[in-house]
Amino acid sequence: MFSRVFPVQKGMFDTAGEASSKIKKILKKVGIPPDIVRDVAIAAYETELNLVIHSLGGELTLSVNPEIIELISQDVGPGINDVNMALKEGYSTAPDDVRDMGFGAGMGLPNVQRHCHEFQIASELGRGTTIRAKYFLKNN
Amino acid sequence: MLVSDLIKLIDAEEQTTGVLDQTIACGYTCDLLSWVMAKGKANCAWVTVQTHMNVVAVASLHDMACVVCPEGVRMEEASVAKAAQEGIAVLSSPKTAYDICALLHEAGVPSV
Repeated sequence: MFSRVFPVQKGMFDTAGEASSKIKKILKKVGIPPDIVRDVAIAAYETELNLVIHSLGGELTLSVNPEIIELISQDVGPGINDVNMALKEGYSTAPDDVRDMGFGAGMGLPNVQRHCHEFQIASELGRGTTIRAKYFLKNN
Repeated sequence: MLVSDLIKLIDAEEQTTGVLDQTIACGYTCDLLSWVMAKGKANCAWVTVQTHMNVVAVASLHDMACVVCPEGVRMEEASVAKAAQEGIAVLSSPKTAYDICALLHEAGVPSV
């Protein structure tokens, strides 16, 4: 069992994707099956970009044990106004300059849901958002 | 098809240097990064007008073969350097995204 924390800063587009890249490399190195590595990398990238675009800053935590991989995204705010809408494909609150870069397609959270075995999201305005994506290794 | 074959096929210039021996297994074109995150595959040739650093992050997470900028668009130098470091070729072609994909398809490269 090991756990690693990757801080992600608000608005840092130049380094966005670095945490996901590190997570992918770690999982490859410890011999996780390639399809799971790909799924975790996609979820990590989407949650990392959400932290960069929408949050006031936060972190990704990767925990690995022989049975389960868990990816947790936790931020310090501002929280999501309507979580059900945020989970809807095509819905986005990203500003225009971010959309010009190819983000804000409203695919982020649906992509995370599609690429994990168990998905949980909890958000409170003024406090922040926590997303948990779990991957079960024994059944794969 | 190798990246070196694609360069000839679409009259491209390689912005990275020496990343030519990757095999291209499929092709895709899209400028929305989350869309590409959802659909991308390993050894893909991805055609996009986006040129910033996050294009390289998406291509790298999918172990893509190359990123192709159409219509003479050139990728930013910092992104090219990062792509080279990740072993992903960056090509710039005078052809449109439509023509590049058509040529890939004619050459037997399937969609993702």
